[in-house]
Amino acid sequence: MTHHNASPAQSKADSDDSANIAVTVTNLTKQFGRFAALRKVTASFEGPKLYAILGDNGAGKTTLLRVLAGLVRPTAGEVSVLGEKNPRAACHRFGYMAHPSLLYDELSGLENLRYFAHLYEVKDPRRCEQVIAAVGLDPKLERAVGQYSQGMRQRMSLARALLHDPELLLLDEPFSNVDIRSAREMVKLLAAMRDGGKTVFVVTHQASLLDGAADEFVWMQNGQIVNRTPDRSFMETA
Amino acid sequence: MSGDLNPTSGVALVTLAKDIRLEWRSKDAINSMLFFALLVVVVFSFSFDPNAEESRLIAGGLIWVAFLFAAVVALNQTWARELRNHVLDAYRVSPAPANSLFLAKAIGNFIFVALLETLMTPLFIVFYKLRALGPSWQLIPIAAFGTWALVVNGTFFAAMSLRTRSREIMLPLLLFPISIPALLSMVEATTAILTGDSNPRFWIVLLATYDVVFTTACLALFPRVLEAE
Repeated sequence: MTHHNASPAQSKADSDDSANIAVTVTNLTKQFGRFAALRKVTASFEGPKLYAILGDNGAGKTTLLRVLAGLVRPTAGEVSVLGEKNPRAACHRFGYMAHPSLLYDELSGLENLRYFAHLYEVKDPRRCEQVIAAVGLDPKLERAVGQYSQGMRQRMSLARALLHDPELLLLDEPFSNVDIRSAREMVKLLAAMRDGGKTVFVVTHQASLLDGAADEFVWMQNGQIVNRTPDRSFMETA
Repeated sequence: MSGDLNPTSGVALVTLAKDIRLEWRSKDAINSMLFFALLVVVVFSFSFDPNAEESRLIAGGLIWVAFLFAAVVALNQTWARELRNHVLDAYRVSPAPANSLFLAKAIGNFIFVALLETLMTPLFIVFYKLRALGPSWQLIPIAAFGTWALVVNGTFFAAMSLRTRSREIMLPLLLFPISIPALLSMVEATTAILTGDSNPRFWIVLLATYDVVFTTACLALFPRVLEAE
C-alpha cells in the first residue's frame, strides 16, 4: 500500500474506491472435513460492476457465493458484504440465486414471489408482476413452477432474487439450461442493472455469454482466485 | 395482509397460509397420516377385540400412540417440502425472523394433526365401543395441549434432523423419549375421563406446563438450528 506518500488527489481517489467496495474477503478459508473449498482467499470487489466468476467444478465458486450470502460460515478469515462483517446484517440489500430454483414447485411463479415479497417486506403490490415481466415471463401464467421448463424456472429464480431491488446480486449458474436467446436477454438485464448502480456476481460455466458485458473475469482454481482480467484472453492462454 | 402485525407474527401468518395451500394441493401429509391412523385403529381393534370395560382402560393409550405415530409422518413432510429445490436457503438469506418459520410450521402441524384427530375420534368410538364415564368436555383441553406437545417438539426435532441422512429414523429417536412425560399425561388424563375413576386435572396442568416449557425452549433454540449448515 502506498497511502503514506500519496498525493491529496491520489488519496481522494483511493478513498472514493474504498467507499465503492461492495465485497471484501480476507484470508477466507472454508473446510468441509478434509476438503478445503476455499484456501485463504483475499480480494476486494468494487461496485457497481459485473463480475464473472469462472473455474472448473470444485474450484470454490459456489462456496464463495454461499459464504457471501451468509449460508456458509467461513472456517477462517473475514468477509465484508456491503460494509457488514456479518452478511446476515446486509441480507435485505443483496439477492441470492442458487443452482436449485429456491421455489416451491406446487405454487405458481406469482404465488412464489408474493410469498417472498412478504419476507422482504416489499410494499409495492405490482413489484412481483414487474420482476416476472423483467425476466421475460408472463406474470399471468397460472401453471405451477413444477411444470415449468428448466429455463423458465431459472428465470423465475432470477426474478425472486431481484424482487426486493437489491444493491448486490449473487447469482450461481443463472444461465444453465436456459436457451441462448433467453440467456442473452438475461445478460442484457444484468448489464442494465450494473449500469443502474448494482454490483453483480455471476458464477458461470458459460463465460462467453458475458463477453462485452462483464467488467472483470475472476478465475478460480483449487479454492483460490488465480487471476482477474478484464477479458477472457487469460482463459485461452491458460 | 400482514401490514398491521409485528414482523414475526406477520411472516408466520403468510408462511402458515403458504403451507396450508401447499398441503391442500399436494395432500402429502394428510393422506399419509389418515391412512396410517386408520390402519392402527383397524389392526388394534381386530387384535384385541375388547369389551366396553377393557376398552376404557386401554383406549387412552391406543388413541395417543396412534396419533403420535401418525403425527411423525406429517412432521417429516413439513420440512421435506422446504428441502426440495433448497427453498429453505431462500428463507435463510431473507430478513424474515427464524421463529416466524418455526411458529408457522408448528401451528400448521397442529392444524393437520387436529384435523386427523377430529376425523379419527368417531372411528375410535365406534371400533372400541367407547363411552366416557367422566366429564368428557375435559377431553378438549387434553387434545389441545397434548397435540401441541407432540407438534412443537416434533417440528423442532424434525428441523434438527433435516440435514441427517436418515432423518425419517432420527425424528422418532429424538422425539419419542422427550415426549414420554407428555404422552403419559395424555394417556392418564384420557383414561381418567373414560373410566371416571379419578380427576384428570393434575395431568392437564402437567401437560400445560410441559407445553409452556418446551415451546419456550424450542423458540429459544430454533434460530441456531436454522442457521446450522
